[in-house]
Amino acid sequence: MTTLEAVMIAVSKLTYSYAGEASMNFPDFSVQKGEHFLLLGESGSGKTTLLHLMGGLLRNRTGSIVVDNTDLKGLSEVALDQFRGQRIGFIFQKNHLINALSVEKNLMMAPYLAGLPVNTSRIGEVLSNLGLSAKLKSNVSELSQGQAQRVAIARAVLNKPLILFADEPTSALDDKNCDRVIHLLMDAASDSQSTLIVATHDQRLKSKIKNQIQLA
Amino acid sequence: MSLLILVWNYLKARPLNTAINIILLSLGISVITILLLVNGQLTKKITENVRGIDLVVGAKGSPLQLILCNIFHIDFPTGNIRLSEAEKISRNRLVKKAIPLALGDSYRTYRIIGTTKDYADLYKAELSQGDWWKNNLEVTIGANVHEIANLQLGDEFVSSHGLTLEGHAHNEHRYVVKSVLKKSNTVLDNIILTNVESIWEMHEEGNESIADHATVLPSDSSYIPSRLVPSVAANDSVKEITSLLIQYRSPLGAVQLPRFVNSQSSLQAASPAFETARLFSMLGVGAEILMGFAYVLIAISALSIFIALYNSLKERRYDMAIMRSMGAPRSKLLITILLEGGILTFLGSIIGLMVGHGVLIILSATMVEMNKAGISGMVFFWQEWIILGGSLLLGLLCAILPAVQAYRTDISEVLAGN
Repeated sequence: MTTLEAVMIAVSKLTYSYAGEASMNFPDFSVQKGEHFLLLGESGSGKTTLLHLMGGLLRNRTGSIVVDNTDLKGLSEVALDQFRGQRIGFIFQKNHLINALSVEKNLMMAPYLAGLPVNTSRIGEVLSNLGLSAKLKSNVSELSQGQAQRVAIARAVLNKPLILFADEPTSALDDKNCDRVIHLLMDAASDSQSTLIVATHDQRLKSKIKNQIQLA
Repeated sequence: MSLLILVWNYLKARPLNTAINIILLSLGISVITILLLVNGQLTKKITENVRGIDLVVGAKGSPLQLILCNIFHIDFPTGNIRLSEAEKISRNRLVKKAIPLALGDSYRTYRIIGTTKDYADLYKAELSQGDWWKNNLEVTIGANVHEIANLQLGDEFVSSHGLTLEGHAHNEHRYVVKSVLKKSNTVLDNIILTNVESIWEMHEEGNESIADHATVLPSDSSYIPSRLVPSVAANDSVKEITSLLIQYRSPLGAVQLPRFVNSQSSLQAASPAFETARLFSMLGVGAEILMGFAYVLIAISALSIFIALYNSLKERRYDMAIMRSMGAPRSKLLITILLEGGILTFLGSIIGLMVGHGVLIILSATMVEMNKAGISGMVFFWQEWIILGGSLLLGLLCAILPAVQAYRTDISEVLAGN
């Protein structure tokens, strides 16, 4: 059975409601350190909401979310920001790189905003793992779609987060690229020993990640 | 990495927008700077030139012209007054000191003034070379005359009538430079000093008999030398001067003396303090219009900066949300926007101040008139700090609303894509 120390995320009795809408109920579940999980469900089933709740982008009023032995509800706003910056990495369907900055400066933002020292050798290491060493000084606008997505992955894993949340990373991609991106994600998560949670309705990923949580 | 680098890159990413905001503001700031510098230096200079002169007495005409001519030496004389009448004024018990001025000639537009040493003492003038003028046709020249008109110690020159280069040349007599004044930033820098007799000698060239008469001193006991020009008799009925500069013995002089002078049919008294105040209020209208124009420019630039920041919020809502997801607290987004407004107005005001000084440096280097007026671009006023501080404040003010908007951004909503 699982020991307490190894539990990375534990969700129990969690509900959430947007203003004027019906309340969403989430199943209880827990995720072990280093595990890869798939969060499945149709559009509107609350995948993104659950991801944002676990990542501290939204705050729950009922139930509990314990991440790395910390109940998120007990953290102040600023403490939650810092907690998120230092322990969690996000990958979204769109890359959301900062266009005004070069690739290198985009990556430097991650440790800077998390309040961690900027480690240039770590940036070089992550970029070379993703085959992007040559793009260090490039402008974001010079990157191809695929390259931009890899930079976004690099940014998410740069601080070696305990948890990597990915929201629909593959749904807009063809089969070949879908396959490539999910493997990149899983490899990057393994490299930085991060727990990986992928929220998706993309059925193609079912065969890639065995642990699954189904939302109604 | 820092917020400063981030903001700088945001500004660089929209070069045209950034440039127009900075240019608009710097235009307004440079106009204000130029007005500040010119006004400040003129006021200082005018008060320095007026210092110690309570009243100017001259021929009837415009009182302002009397002041412009006899104190600032930039206008023509109103006419001449008889030495004997000036003598009467100078004997008034309310007069502490009376200095005669005889004008009329110039050398290369620099006015030659026949007067006494008292006139130079009024400005506490000191010599940089040579000795004070003593005899007829000896002159002491101002620092600018030495430098710009290139007159050296011992040089001889011929004066011309009036203040222009085209005036009739007095070829028969030559002045000789005996000394050069130290630069004092007063009118003395731009004039040539000699005794009153020299001016008379110049203009009596056609009438030798009078000149002879003047040099022969009567020896009878009724002869009383003039207080103003001791070489002639106090009751001389022929000699004329242009004006008399007067210092009061007591404040009572300000009340009685102008009335006493103006009651004499041929004389007029003008107060430098009053006339320069009148001059300032006339020039002030032009300066105020320019100032108003500058404020309009600054207001437009403030509006433009506000709009730019507000629009950028829409473009950057994903940037801001992603920054929050990477751990940035709300306050960092607030500071980013404030910093952007502050940097724009800081650059605008620094460039505006530099342009303002630069324009005056170029003008004073290329225009002799500016140089003669003693206006320089290398002078700094403490009010420039107010301009700088005010601009920064303006930038923060423009940024407050967008910054608060950024502060309130709901990251989850933005990232979820609705």
